[in-house]
Amino acid sequence: MLLEVEDLHVAYGAIRALQGITFHIEEGEIVTLIGANGAGKSTTLRTISGLLRPIAGDIRFQGQSIIRTPPERIVKMGISQVPEGRQIFSKLTVMENLEMGAYTRRDKAGIAAAMEMVFASFPRLQERRRQLGGTLSGGEQQMLAMGRGLMSQPKLLLLDEPSMGLAPILVDEIFEIIRRINAQGTSILLVEQNAAMALSVAHRGYVLETGRIVLEGTATELLENPQVRRAYLGG
Amino acid sequence: MTSITRSLASPKVLLRAVAWAVYIALGVGILWGVVALVRLQGPVFFLQAVLDGLRLGFVYALIALGYTMVYGIVRLINFAHGDIFMVGAFTSFYAITQYKWGFFPAILLAMFVCVLLNVVIERVAYKPLRNAPRIAALITAIGVSFFLEYFTALKWVFSADYITYQRPFKVVVWNIKGILISNITVIIVITTVLLLLILRYIVYNTRMGKAMRATALDKPTARLMGINVDGVISFTFALGAALAGAGGVLYAIAFPQIVTFMGIMPGLKAFVAAVLGGIGNIMGAFVGSLLMGMVDVLVVSFVPMGSRLRDLFAFLVLIIVFLVKPTGIFGEPEVEKV
Repeated sequence: MLLEVEDLHVAYGAIRALQGITFHIEEGEIVTLIGANGAGKSTTLRTISGLLRPIAGDIRFQGQSIIRTPPERIVKMGISQVPEGRQIFSKLTVMENLEMGAYTRRDKAGIAAAMEMVFASFPRLQERRRQLGGTLSGGEQQMLAMGRGLMSQPKLLLLDEPSMGLAPILVDEIFEIIRRINAQGTSILLVEQNAAMALSVAHRGYVLETGRIVLEGTATELLENPQVRRAYLGG
Repeated sequence: MTSITRSLASPKVLLRAVAWAVYIALGVGILWGVVALVRLQGPVFFLQAVLDGLRLGFVYALIALGYTMVYGIVRLINFAHGDIFMVGAFTSFYAITQYKWGFFPAILLAMFVCVLLNVVIERVAYKPLRNAPRIAALITAIGVSFFLEYFTALKWVFSADYITYQRPFKVVVWNIKGILISNITVIIVITTVLLLLILRYIVYNTRMGKAMRATALDKPTARLMGINVDGVISFTFALGAALAGAGGVLYAIAFPQIVTFMGIMPGLKAFVAAVLGGIGNIMGAFVGSLLMGMVDVLVVSFVPMGSRLRDLFAFLVLIIVFLVKPTGIFGEPEVEKV
């Protein structure tokens, strides 16, 4: 098992954001967490990345507990996050943004190779490599954010709402890229409000409602589940 | 639809027009002022004042950069920064008078001591307040500033007396068509320019510098990249302190009277310079400092009783900046993140 989340409780002050969620990701899988706004999806990702400390429960990555590990060590261990809203560094160039993604690496040759790979997957980033991140279009920014996330060559990539605010044609492209990243051996935890899209690429999924997992199953099972269809797939 | 856009746009257009009017008025005013000053005492006197002002401005720049970088990264006005500058001056004083060190080793020692001091201050005083309201950190900074001033004024530290600083070299003055240039000016300009080039290299070309800029833009995302944000913050305080330490040495060489309260005014003026240039902006801090240095010396040279009024004028600049363009010359409006 690549990642195990066990009975995870997270609170912001008095507000309980996660009330005991349990799920896991196998090596090579795309797993999706779907749910409405405020269900606790981003909180889950932020806790896995070490930005938030849980009040109870455990997160194990390759068998090792990481709930007390600082974010920089977690990146080094092989978990990388593409945050919600892309959050690229607007006043750094495209190349500098990618370099930041490889911040935990010291091997110059490896970083250069990773950058070549990112440019191969996202040719548009190569064209704009000297441009400031803030001057890119929304779709390009999403590609930059994903490229940046891949620069550390993670074993597990956490994607937070990659389709947010993008035109439908770009959403298709982004999901195609997600499939390709996964085919190259990176496991993915995908958080989405666009449940139909997420379930179309994922192997398995979990449905999150107000801090609890209410349903789980293979993507096909969830797509056919009447509850899911009603609540998240518009009928 | 059009009426909505127009009603939204018109106050903006109006504001912009007012802003331009103010800029033009300022420009004309400055031009008129220069002409008037030249006619008042002759071009040589005027140029001499400008030159002396720029010299002072270079020293202010060394302090202002620390203010602006620290603000850029932790949104804190480190009011103790001027006192770091004072510690730099005193460190070099002891190195030079007691151990007969030359200029270069003395300035390097001063920078080193200031770095150490500022990093300790950051860890002990500011870091525990990282998630506290900003006002708490600000008040702490003022407290640290008082602590440094009064603790070092103790008899067995630096003492509260004015001490005559002994320059580590002989002063040579060249007379170029009536304008006096001393080797002090040359050393100040060369040292400052050199330090600024090194700073520029660090901020734009090194891994740490890029991490600094990333952290200044977005701390949570920087952490997600695996950047050790606390380390970057310490590094920023260290960088600012190194510059302030060097500034303290240069200031003492130019104005060889040192006392533990010497950092207050240059510190405040460098702060005004940083705000004038646009707080958080490195280029802005430099330009703002040159302007502040010139305001300082021009007031002393031309205004009756100017040496008593110089501080008044310096802070008048601050008030004008806040009225006309609160974000400073190079600053951009800060968008509060929710």
